[in-house]
Amino acid sequence: MLAKRIIPCLDVKDARVVKGTSFANLRDAGDPVACGRQYSGAGADELVFLDITATLEARRTIRELAARVGREVFIPYTIGGGIASLADMAALLQAGAEKVSINTAAVRNSHLIREAAEAFGNQAVVVAVDAKQTGGGWEVYVNAGTTATGIDALEWVRRAERLGAGEILLTSIDADGHRAGYDCRLNAAVADAVSIPVIASGGAGGPEDILRVLTEGKADAALAASIFHYGQYTITEVKQYLRERGVHVRMHEEG
Amino acid sequence: MIAIIDYRLGNLWSVKYALDRLGVDSGLTSDPARIAAADGVILPGVGAFGRAMEMFRRLDLIGPTREAALSTRPFMGICLGLQLLFSESQEHGRHDGLDILPGRVVRFGAGLTVPHMGWNQVRQQGPSPLFEGIQDESFFYFAHSYYVQPADREVVIGTTEYGGQYASLVQKGRVFAVQFHPEKSGPTGLKMLANFCKLCV
Repeated sequence: MLAKRIIPCLDVKDARVVKGTSFANLRDAGDPVACGRQYSGAGADELVFLDITATLEARRTIRELAARVGREVFIPYTIGGGIASLADMAALLQAGAEKVSINTAAVRNSHLIREAAEAFGNQAVVVAVDAKQTGGGWEVYVNAGTTATGIDALEWVRRAERLGAGEILLTSIDADGHRAGYDCRLNAAVADAVSIPVIASGGAGGPEDILRVLTEGKADAALAASIFHYGQYTITEVKQYLRERGVHVRMHEEG
Repeated sequence: MIAIIDYRLGNLWSVKYALDRLGVDSGLTSDPARIAAADGVILPGVGAFGRAMEMFRRLDLIGPTREAALSTRPFMGICLGLQLLFSESQEHGRHDGLDILPGRVVRFGAGLTVPHMGWNQVRQQGPSPLFEGIQDESFFYFAHSYYVQPADREVVIGTTEYGGQYASLVQKGRVFAVQFHPEKSGPTGLKMLANFCKLCV
């Protein structure tokens, strides 16, 4: 049976992990490869590296990062942040990333989704959507959640699916950073709107939030950052909690 | 040396990185002579079936790949590399495959979340050297929208539950093929690749 996924997200700036991690046994908590290896060993199902530098120079360092991670980490990983062209995506996938996630560029030019799906397959194309509640619905924001687009989030995810997106990485701007739970209503509405997998993001404060978004929120996977980085919970603790409550998860082997 | 067939599409390096980690000598190649001389051959793959076959034709790889799979040397298809071994696919129209195994490639049915993406279990339906040291119902990483329906059910050695049991590991003689990505399935996946490499001597 397909397992629900737990995905730690690592913010990367100038090829260094920011928002420190708290692995006691890591000599260099800012090394993305070391962090990735650590999470993989700790039972993460996938990793997301989000490049928060958006300079041209950063494009080159993130490519090198993708290749370095590929040589050391034997679980899937996605790279996102500032990806604007097919050439950017090709370089990251060829370097070893399983998937790339596109956000602002996809909203500006939705044909990028189709071109990417045709070139690399749907499974490699993650469309990241930052949504904020407005009235009765949710609106899509771009440029790291700073710019409103006037686009309805549910219409946008349906369109992204039609164009060939293989997965939606959905962040609630309202919930993000508050550690008070994911926006389960938003997640469930998006999961009902599409038939591709949905990764929930924004708001994880503890295992009970992850349980809620994987059940009520109908998400296929839960992404979290700070609860893992600061050592509040281990991935194993979260998975144990989920398993005891009837959620099918992969309990990993040591190694 | 293990030849990893390079048909210039998508992420082929992950397999190479995994073999490097195992200390196994391997190389990405589209050179028929290197494929013919290899101790074992891996056909990796992601992306669309039709596009991959187009690249096989353009690079003159159909003959060399068929010869490798029909030889006595171990051969392993991974993900799209499994699907390409079959007669035909219905992915975006109808496309001929390498036709090493009879059967077709079809899309998952309506009502399922597609792509089938994430960690799922493989039920061991028969003996295989690839399963050595790997527990029944172990998890592997999957990412695909189409699956194979082999004409010959005897080749189905592992199955996975997704809207019904489908073939996720097939084997015929020295040809092995898996729908999941062992190179991205953590220690269990590396163990399976090591099992394959042990056969290549």
